[in-house]
Amino acid sequence: MNHPESAPLLEVDRLGLDLLVGGVHRSVLRDVSFSVAQGEAVGLVGESGSGKSMTVRAIDRLLPAGARQRGSIRFDGKDVVSLSGAALRSYRAEVAVVFQDPRVHINPVRRVGDFMTEVLRTNRSVRRRDAGARAVEMLAKVGIPDGERRLDQYPHELSGGLLQRVMIASTLLTAPRLLLADEPTTALDVTTQAEIMGLLDELRSDLGLSILFITHDLDLAAAVCDRTAVMYAGEIVEVRESRLLHDDPLHPYTAALGAARPLLDRTARLVAVPGRPLSALEAPTDGCAFAGRCPYVEPTCTSAAPVLVPADGGAARCVRVEALRGTLGGVPHA
Amino acid sequence: MRIGYLLRRVAMLAVTLLVASFVIFAATYVAPGNPLAALSGGKSLSPEAQTALERRYHLDEPFLAQYWHWLSGAVRGDLGVSIPLHEDVSTLIADRAWITLSLVLYAAVIIVILGIGLGLLAGLRPGWIDSSVLVISSMAAAVPAFVAAIVLIAVFAVSLGWFPTIGTGDGFLGHLEHLTLPAVALALSSVAVVARVTRTAIREEVAREHVQTAISRGIPQHLVVTRHVLRNAAIPITTVTGVTIASLIAISSVVETSFGLNGLGQYLVKSAQGKDIAVVQGISLVLVVAFVLVNLVVDTMYAVLDPRVELGARAA
Amino acid sequence: MSAVAAPVAGTRPVRGRRRTGLGATGWVSAAVVGLATLVAVVGPLVAPHDPNQADLVQAWIGPGGDHLVGLDVQGRDVLSRILAGARSSMLGPLLIVVICMLVGSLLGLVSAWRGGMVDAGVSAGLDILFAFPGVLLAALTAAVFGAGLWAAVLAMAVAYTPFVARLLRGAMLKERNQPYITALEVQGLGATAICLRHVLPNVFPFMVAQGSILFGYAVLDLAVISYLGIGVQPPDPDWGVMISENQSGILLGYPLPALCAGACIVAVVVAMNLLGERLLERAGKDGGR
Ligand SMILES: Nc1ncnc2c1ncn2[C@@H]1O[C@H](COP(=O)(O)OP(=O)(O)OP(=O)(O)O)[C@@H](O)[C@H]1O
Ligand code: SF4
Ligand SMILES: [Mg+2]
Repeated sequence: MNHPESAPLLEVDRLGLDLLVGGVHRSVLRDVSFSVAQGEAVGLVGESGSGKSMTVRAIDRLLPAGARQRGSIRFDGKDVVSLSGAALRSYRAEVAVVFQDPRVHINPVRRVGDFMTEVLRTNRSVRRRDAGARAVEMLAKVGIPDGERRLDQYPHELSGGLLQRVMIASTLLTAPRLLLADEPTTALDVTTQAEIMGLLDELRSDLGLSILFITHDLDLAAAVCDRTAVMYAGEIVEVRESRLLHDDPLHPYTAALGAARPLLDRTARLVAVPGRPLSALEAPTDGCAFAGRCPYVEPTCTSAAPVLVPADGGAARCVRVEALRGTLGGVPHA
Repeated sequence: MRIGYLLRRVAMLAVTLLVASFVIFAATYVAPGNPLAALSGGKSLSPEAQTALERRYHLDEPFLAQYWHWLSGAVRGDLGVSIPLHEDVSTLIADRAWITLSLVLYAAVIIVILGIGLGLLAGLRPGWIDSSVLVISSMAAAVPAFVAAIVLIAVFAVSLGWFPTIGTGDGFLGHLEHLTLPAVALALSSVAVVARVTRTAIREEVAREHVQTAISRGIPQHLVVTRHVLRNAAIPITTVTGVTIASLIAISSVVETSFGLNGLGQYLVKSAQGKDIAVVQGISLVLVVAFVLVNLVVDTMYAVLDPRVELGARAA
Repeated sequence: MSAVAAPVAGTRPVRGRRRTGLGATGWVSAAVVGLATLVAVVGPLVAPHDPNQADLVQAWIGPGGDHLVGLDVQGRDVLSRILAGARSSMLGPLLIVVICMLVGSLLGLVSAWRGGMVDAGVSAGLDILFAFPGVLLAALTAAVFGAGLWAAVLAMAVAYTPFVARLLRGAMLKERNQPYITALEVQGLGATAICLRHVLPNVFPFMVAQGSILFGYAVLDLAVISYLGIGVQPPDPDWGVMISENQSGILLGYPLPALCAGACIVAVVVAMNLLGERLLERAGKDGGR
């Protein structure tokens, strides 16, 4: 399922991001690099606050006011950071975002039909009737048979799962090439989660869509993604083929994530990795950010910030990567 | 359904008006002193004259019967007779209502244009425009209507001589000229309140996730603002603006007094001082009805603007 | 009146997260309020002249000599009338706040505690009361009992009660839903004891904060009512009365007496408001309507 030969559709290179927090710039992303090829699904996994959503917002140029960005983001070879005006809008049409909580990400006072057809009508000058017909068609495709009726309803009249399908269907109407799915199932119950995941997987194989799938659940990522990037405190700490991450991780944090089980259902946040998650705001600049929670920490870990080194077809950000090689897999964590 | 919400509101309005009318009638009924004393000018009346007058004004009937007389009359537009003035209360009110009505309407227009306008400007244009609107509105919000009236008279009528100080003028333009300062005085602090609420509402909406969604879908900026930010902010803005305008109905009496306008509010105060019970009752009822009706309009607009209305009633 | 529509909705204090100190604005506001209170207590005693001694020949004489801020429409010393007028201008609002806080907290407590029908009944009653603007109630009470400070105080207390009751109901409901209350109930502590010993003390800082904001509005509203002529009656000194007495001076070019009284009112109202907001922050305001 890997496509190493084709040029990547999305290429994020050494992305760094400072946000204005109480009047001063604080670092939220420090070194995020990964790529998504045409038709590839890539996972982005990390604990709450590690900067997953900020990465998505940087890719879609949705940063809060006062944000300072470093590094580069290229889409289809073009620099995304320099886009503006109409070019930015058409780029955004090619890169669609499925947000975590459809309840707050869909305007509650407008009808479902308005939400679905808005882009077609305003940006593509499709007539209201035609846009509606296409919306109904697309709803059927994502498993909502009575689209006509749904279009007339308001978001609060739909269940969370239905609404997430509506969100996904609406992104597909503009035929995007890349889907940024930011924890699309976290707000949903377990059965609905499985259905939405199945839907995403289907869309990828049917439409050749590239997907950046964000989650805090390593196994969920492995289920749909070819490759997965693991994020910790604003940095990518490991990128590997998804199927290898669980059984043969290169980075101690990945191993800890793999050993951790989500509680009860997948809406619960990961708490099973021992120690407190670190946000990039608090991360040290002169050592490994995971050192405080790492069972394998050594003096060398805190003397210099580790860099992402290629290893075993992927990459890991750990000074002891060679020493720990092969010992982390399947280790049940204390 | 939203219709259900509105029906509930109308029913509540009916109950409110019924209870309010009862309170108004009962309050003045228990007033100490004989209402006929005003008629006789302090002289004692002969028992026959006393009885005749009591019969004429229904004073000899039981309380509930009197209330019924008054209420059923009020529904037909007959609010009884002012005993000291020997005049129909309805006529007395009708002669003065237009001043209060024009004053409140004029002030409402000012509030809507200036208050919402400034709020939109501040909300959508962070930076110096926003800060100046914020500073000016926090000062203006603290100026009560009667202080505003005094200052406006001192500056614009006396010192600069731009506006007349007193009276209502002739013709539409004359009225407009005479009512401008009073309307500004009446509207001032409300303009500030509405501007601040509008600004906050805009800011809150801009930060909403669904606005982010709209931007992420490549919707042009002006459409994001009109179709999402303004559309949704319109809900709290109309509610607060409406409730604020409703409150002007009562404060109008202050401005009428300051500018010597012969409106309902000033007449209410005068009649209260003169213990002209029938007039106090009549004006109170009219003002409460007006107040409650404006609130019903606000509720209706709220129901029209917000499809989620049945999920929870508007915060009063 | 309208002004009362503004008190900010809030809730019980979040213990352990209180910010100490009032900040510069808070302290300045507190100083203004303290000064006004002091004047209300000793004002009539320290007034340099008899506030009611009129001398029409001396009307509208400007500041100078032993009349620091000049003389008013009837030739009375403005400073003395301001000092003496502080009493009714401050005492009236205090009474209003005390009355509506007592009644409001009782209603709020009962609705929050009993819930169900009682809650619905109380809130329906309050809704009806909301339909009476303060000025209208003041006119009604003046017509019934005769115009005066007491009638005005009664009217405003009635007008404020629904706001207070609604605010406090929210705060008390929050407190009532705290787990520790359930624990106390399980231990068999009576409702009255829980309310008196736990709920009220915890809601108290919030009540004080709301009370001071309300006090500001009450100063303003009482002044307005006196200004209209259905509150404190002339010639008694009162800030609201002073504005109405000296309003003609503005047209004649002697705005000082009316403006002085107006300035006192605005200063106390603004100070009380700022102070209340600071207190509310300290008491742990959390938004929501
Ligand atoms: N608007 C903002 N201003 C300043 N800091 C922010 C802002 N939004 C988020 N942050 C901070 O940026 C960091 C990364 O946040 P982000 O939302 O990307 O995390 P996440 O990985 O998506 O977490 P979650 O799983 O909870 O969604 C966090 O520490 C957060 O506190
Ligand atoms: S660098 Fe050291 S502390 Fe960091 S993950 Fe590797 S072993 Fe652990
Ligand atoms: Mg996130």
